[in-house]
Amino acid sequence: MRWGVVVFPGSNDDARALTVAERILGDEAVALWHKDRDLRGADCVILPGGFSYGDYLRCGAMARFSPIMEAVERHAAAGGLVLGFCNGFQILCEAGLLPGALVRNRSLSFICDLVTVRVETTDTFFTRGCSPGAVLTLPVKHGEGCYVADEATLASLEREHRIVFRYVDAAGRVVPEANPNGALANVAGVCNEGRNVIGLMPHPEHAVERLTGSEDGLRLFQSVQAWIRGGAELQVAPGA
Amino acid sequence: MPRLLARVYVTPKRGILDPQGKAVQHSLHALGFGEVDDVRVGKYVELRLRDAALDAGRDRVHAMCERLLANGVIEDFRVELEEERR
Repeated sequence: MRWGVVVFPGSNDDARALTVAERILGDEAVALWHKDRDLRGADCVILPGGFSYGDYLRCGAMARFSPIMEAVERHAAAGGLVLGFCNGFQILCEAGLLPGALVRNRSLSFICDLVTVRVETTDTFFTRGCSPGAVLTLPVKHGEGCYVADEATLASLEREHRIVFRYVDAAGRVVPEANPNGALANVAGVCNEGRNVIGLMPHPEHAVERLTGSEDGLRLFQSVQAWIRGGAELQVAPGA
Repeated sequence: MPRLLARVYVTPKRGILDPQGKAVQHSLHALGFGEVDDVRVGKYVELRLRDAALDAGRDRVHAMCERLLANGVIEDFRVELEEERR
């Protein structure tokens, strides 16, 4: 399959995402400049982490109007796969491709840490290789990761099983202590109505090798590979 | 046509957590300003529009706020306009 990684001025996890796609997953990967107007055949587009446009005005507010975003919006509308990690999640919310918004962490501090998140639904292209309720260890590094949405939006996300990840403790319980940024209902990641656009604050692309603390992100990327390659049902590893 | 000065105030919506406002409130209390009941921290944006009439200018600035300057999910905005003599 072919991954497309958008590079905005100020992105800093773009190189990492390209490395994961090419070296770890053994796929093709193309860097897509923010001024580009087409996705060059990418099956799955990643909006990477970083500080696009210096986080000016609001995180993701400028990036959302980059020329490449028109192509990303068309891709998403046609059912194409889109993933946003961290700043990518913020951009997807600003663009209205995902509901809600990400605001300053409740602590007002930038957080750089390993967190545990629970897979809330396996009915997405990104999580279908996980067992329901699997607890994954993933890093976070953000200052504006507190997910907010109005009551009606949150209720529809819950009802439609569109909350994809929630911050939990090591035992898999949704508790305030496990919430790194004050996110509403411990939400760490959500998907759109079509379930083909997913955004999350944690960084699965930084959790693909045991050497750097966790390889729990790998299964998520492998889910996408299996989805694109079609047919072949992914084995669900025990506890993964 | 005059030049218009637009003052745009962007503030967190009621009900949206404003940790910055809370922190400022705590500091003001610590400094002895105990009467402070609520603090909301927002943004102030100043725009100058050339050759714009007041009513048309107001519509344009509102469109700018809805499109870019404020995020309606989390923020409210308020616009003040005045004609500027060059």
